[in-house]
Amino acid sequence: MSNTAVKPRIEKIPLKEKLFQKLPVFLVPVLALTGLAAIGNPSSWLTLTVAGLAMGMMIFIMASGLTVVFGLMDVINFGHGAFVAVGAFVGFTVLAWLAGWTASPSVMLNLAAVLIAILAAMLITGLLGLAFERVIVMPVYGEHLKQILVTMGGLIVAQQMIYVVWGPDELHISRPQALQGSFVIGEAAIEKYRLVAVAIGLALFLAMRHILKKTKIGLLVRAGVENGEMVEALGYRIRRLFLIVFMTGSALAGLGGVMWGLYQETITAHMGSEIMVLVFIVVIIGGLGSVEGCFIGAMLVGLLANYTAFLAPKVALISTIALMVVILMWRPQGLYPVVKAK
Amino acid sequence: MMAEALLTLSGVHTHIGPYHILQGVDLVVPEGGVTVLLGRNGAGKTTTLRTIMGLWNASKGDIRFDDHLITRLATPEISRRGIALVPEDMGIFTDLTVAENMILAAASGPLDAKRLEWIKELFPPIGTFWNSSAGTLSGGQKQMLSVARAIIEPRRLILIDEPTKGLAPAIIKAMTDALRELKETDTTILLVEQNFAMASGIGDTVAVMDDGRIIHSGSMKELAGDAALQEKLMGLSLEAHQ
Repeated sequence: MSNTAVKPRIEKIPLKEKLFQKLPVFLVPVLALTGLAAIGNPSSWLTLTVAGLAMGMMIFIMASGLTVVFGLMDVINFGHGAFVAVGAFVGFTVLAWLAGWTASPSVMLNLAAVLIAILAAMLITGLLGLAFERVIVMPVYGEHLKQILVTMGGLIVAQQMIYVVWGPDELHISRPQALQGSFVIGEAAIEKYRLVAVAIGLALFLAMRHILKKTKIGLLVRAGVENGEMVEALGYRIRRLFLIVFMTGSALAGLGGVMWGLYQETITAHMGSEIMVLVFIVVIIGGLGSVEGCFIGAMLVGLLANYTAFLAPKVALISTIALMVVILMWRPQGLYPVVKAK
Repeated sequence: MMAEALLTLSGVHTHIGPYHILQGVDLVVPEGGVTVLLGRNGAGKTTTLRTIMGLWNASKGDIRFDDHLITRLATPEISRRGIALVPEDMGIFTDLTVAENMILAAASGPLDAKRLEWIKELFPPIGTFWNSSAGTLSGGQKQMLSVARAIIEPRRLILIDEPTKGLAPAIIKAMTDALRELKETDTTILLVEQNFAMASGIGDTVAVMDDGRIIHSGSMKELAGDAALQEKLMGLSLEAHQ
């Protein structure tokens, strides 16, 4: 065939279109700078920005699993909040067992206690995700309405199970010694725990990006999001991939639950369903199935919620919904819509 | 001399929702060479390929590959037995690069460098656009990538669904040359094609479908040389396609 006159050619994407594609990346710095201009005081702005980024990171941790599950498996999981709540309660129990470590002045022991709580929460919620996928989700693949109904049912069952195991009252959870208090930089007070949340969220985002871009399992997930049937025709068992992704998504929600619980310092059986409103907003803003979009969406929601709470507390109640409306008017399928072959 | 059957469909029926698409397909694909599946739109050609691949389940009948029953096997198992599919829509992962598409297609291990070189010779755009996003390729390049993916590992049978559909004549010639070269590597090809000139050029055996059944099967030479038979089977003469 080499002697056939076929001249390879590829369409060049115009610069304007390239910039348009990259535009969402600039939204976070633009919002942060707008916040600085509106707030005026750099110290208050720094405190609010770190708080906003920390909140965004925690929402991202909870939302990332949901968006990948939707993108790959086409499953709308309204029960995702159950994993957040269960994760928080498991984390609480582990931290209560390790009270000696959390009360110790040693930073290492404090962090070790949090790490063990996170790992235990991720393990339990990952296993819960396994059961959830097999029992609740598997029979309703491809049927969105049924998915919404049965996963909602799963959420209610999980909340009732929390009542059975941990009782109906809200529980108070204290951060370990080393994570209490703030660093003071100039006039700005930055809570230590928020920095930890930012670090964990950022590490998770980079790890997810690396896995999705550089590993074969990541390639399979991205390919499966676009055309699951073709992935099967290439010889891969996509059901197994579904299960791995669902368990990972559930475990991430569990991680988010521990982080959110330590942030709020109060946990309830309903905390998962309450935070799900924000999580869904972030997933929709980002573009269903997109991890990058979800990350940017979470940062925008976190920053905007904090800035408006400071500037105009009443507006804060609708700020995230307003953000979603504006983004969807600009990009109706979210910031980074995921291409579906079907 | 007739080669031994590699794939045999016996009385295969396929239902898609309320529609009864395949209504007892009997088809034999001999080992080695190219078998062409012809027929008008809606005759059931694509459904036949998808049923063989397990993407749609046969509701009745048997599919045997290399003397083993594969009717009830899941698609990945069928693929692992050495059957590859080049679907009509090409099934390219547009979010991935050309390289990533090829890496995924090599399901049993890393890319074989020697084989990859051969493929790049067969389809030069694969090498040229190795690190480009597959979504930016032209239609012809995507089709080449789709076939390249199917042959990145040695396969016993390749199911190809209308590889020349909507392509420019130069690309059709390139594709035909590549399939001819592939044929020489002892790979068996089951080709669905509407372009009779192309199909008759590379086909060894032919089966014609209509209304979900095989209405004729035999050698391509015989059909290509018999305008009256073409007229009868497809309502179109060979000349009309040239």
